[in-house]
Amino acid sequence: MKAFFSLSRSLLVSNARDRTWLFFTVLFPLMFLLLFGVLFKSGSAAHSTVLQVGPVRVLDSMTAAQRAQLGQSLTVKRDDNLADALGKVRDGTDDGALQQTASGQLVLHFSAGDATRAATVQGLVDAVVQQANQDATGRPPAWTLTTAQVEDRSTKPIQYLTPGLLGWAIATSGTFSAALTLVAWRRKRILRRLRLAPVSLAAVIAAPTAVTLLVALVQTAVFLGVATLPYYGLKLTGEWWLAVPLVLSGSLCFMSIGLLAGSFARTENAAQSAAQLIVLPMAFLSGSFFPLDFAPGWVQSVAQVMPLHHLSVAMQDVLSRGKGVGAALPTIGGLLAAAVLLCAVSLRLFRWDDA
Amino acid sequence: MTGDDEAAITADGLRKRYGAVQAVDGVSLTVRRGEFFGLLGPNGAGKTTTLEILEGLREPDEGTATLLGERPWPRNPRLLPRIGVQLQASAFFERLTAREQLAAFASLYGVGTRRAEEMLARVGLTEFAGTQAEKLSGGQAQRLSIACALVHEPELVFLDEPTTGLDPQARRNLWDLLREINADGRTVVLTTHYLDEAEILCDRVAVMDHGRLLRTGPPATLIRELDAPTRISVPSGALSAAEASAALDEEVEVSDDGVSLVLATRSPAPVLALLGERGALHGLQARGGTLEDVFLHLTGRAYRE
Repeated sequence: MKAFFSLSRSLLVSNARDRTWLFFTVLFPLMFLLLFGVLFKSGSAAHSTVLQVGPVRVLDSMTAAQRAQLGQSLTVKRDDNLADALGKVRDGTDDGALQQTASGQLVLHFSAGDATRAATVQGLVDAVVQQANQDATGRPPAWTLTTAQVEDRSTKPIQYLTPGLLGWAIATSGTFSAALTLVAWRRKRILRRLRLAPVSLAAVIAAPTAVTLLVALVQTAVFLGVATLPYYGLKLTGEWWLAVPLVLSGSLCFMSIGLLAGSFARTENAAQSAAQLIVLPMAFLSGSFFPLDFAPGWVQSVAQVMPLHHLSVAMQDVLSRGKGVGAALPTIGGLLAAAVLLCAVSLRLFRWDDA
Repeated sequence: MTGDDEAAITADGLRKRYGAVQAVDGVSLTVRRGEFFGLLGPNGAGKTTTLEILEGLREPDEGTATLLGERPWPRNPRLLPRIGVQLQASAFFERLTAREQLAAFASLYGVGTRRAEEMLARVGLTEFAGTQAEKLSGGQAQRLSIACALVHEPELVFLDEPTTGLDPQARRNLWDLLREINADGRTVVLTTHYLDEAEILCDRVAVMDHGRLLRTGPPATLIRELDAPTRISVPSGALSAAEASAALDEEVEVSDDGVSLVLATRSPAPVLALLGERGALHGLQARGGTLEDVFLHLTGRAYRE
């Protein structure tokens, strides 16, 4: 036990003095959060602009109230030069150009350059036209639709970004620390030296593990601290404390991946490359940076076997979807099971020495 | 077997093969308690493998090793606290200061930090206690690594080339430290690149080549056994080479390089008498055989090629 504390303390001091390590484990992922948080701050709220070319009766005949209602999602601007208006649509300045032909036909010009914006503007203009058609009948509508968002109205990209990026940060520090510590200790003959001291293998492995778990908790605290700042506006929901056991079991799982990589790697550089090769593709395929909702089916299938995907989803569940123990427990169990399995394999491959 | 009578190290018929290379080929040796023992040999002679087998880092293919009455293989937790090993490449935790390194190793052995402080003073590093290990000079790093090997007061100490890469002054300082360690009653096993060092420090040395021990004994005995001629030299001029050859027995080899007249002989008395008669004793130097000669004789090659 004494050996474990001594090794943990030495490792912690050694790491804390390493600026590169501090940067990559704490600051680098945080930078991503700050950056993505700013980039996506406005969210994906559908707002389009349409250029009205010449007189368009459905628009011109709107009441002020209708106009204000429409203004929330669609801005209408006048540009009576058709060629000029089409140019603006083509270069993406505006989302569509609406004109009324002599026969009373409405024509909406859009650009296929951005599929989402094209679909949005078509939907909005279509809604305006349908509304006008309905009004023209002079009868109350047979069916009306009211929409209601299931999340808190404050839902913002930060609710998605925080769990995803935090998961990625934990995967990075977990995999790297386990892979690098053992390889560096082996290369620097510290393992050999420890083998000559009355220290158990358990203490030698437990010390870097404990340090990494501590780091994961610090990362979590920093992430949640920054994301809940009013500027970013993360609202923690439900039993968000479940993020702590999730983070710890996730960290253990990624360390066991790193441990496995570290058992094969002979040099620190090889270990680092191996860890990066594992973590970065895993992060993309797990939807840590971007939601996988629009990803091809095979990516979504691959994500199902990625521990990071399950960690991110479970973290979203407990951090921003208001879910509880039921959502977290299966993931915690799965992550721990994977950790035990990978650790068992790594221990079989463990070497005190290079040769 | 009672405590102090048993040998510090007994090795019997150690063999270890790596692929086609027979690294250690039947090594048997005994090191007595309190002895300062040197293991000498050129690179690739099998010294390191022999040490690693003794330390318990490798399993021999054949033969047995016993240290302080215990088997070193498999990893033996009863033996580990009783031996201290200084590895060739200093194994330090990154970015820890000298004091922190020693404290870390001390607590791995369950030794208090006070002992770590004492050890730091003992190797003369108190003023560098706050320096990170990477920033210590070669000699300081070696002393720290020896301190780490000694912090738990082991009975048996292995030192693998502790003075390699040090300047002459640092080497001499380290010799004093090594002598003190031995004077404390600890058994010391040393490998070294320097035969003069082994000659000065070791009670006994074993000369090793091609995985075998060629000869074991006190350096002085090995040198005497060699029966190398004594080389007597005086400044050139006092006596010419021709005169010396004429006056002395044929057995004496005479040469003069313009700086010194050198007379090599196995019976120095007549040579010294002649030089005395001619008043040529001023500036005389006499040199007997050295371990270097023993080594050359045993292996047919110079120690460092």
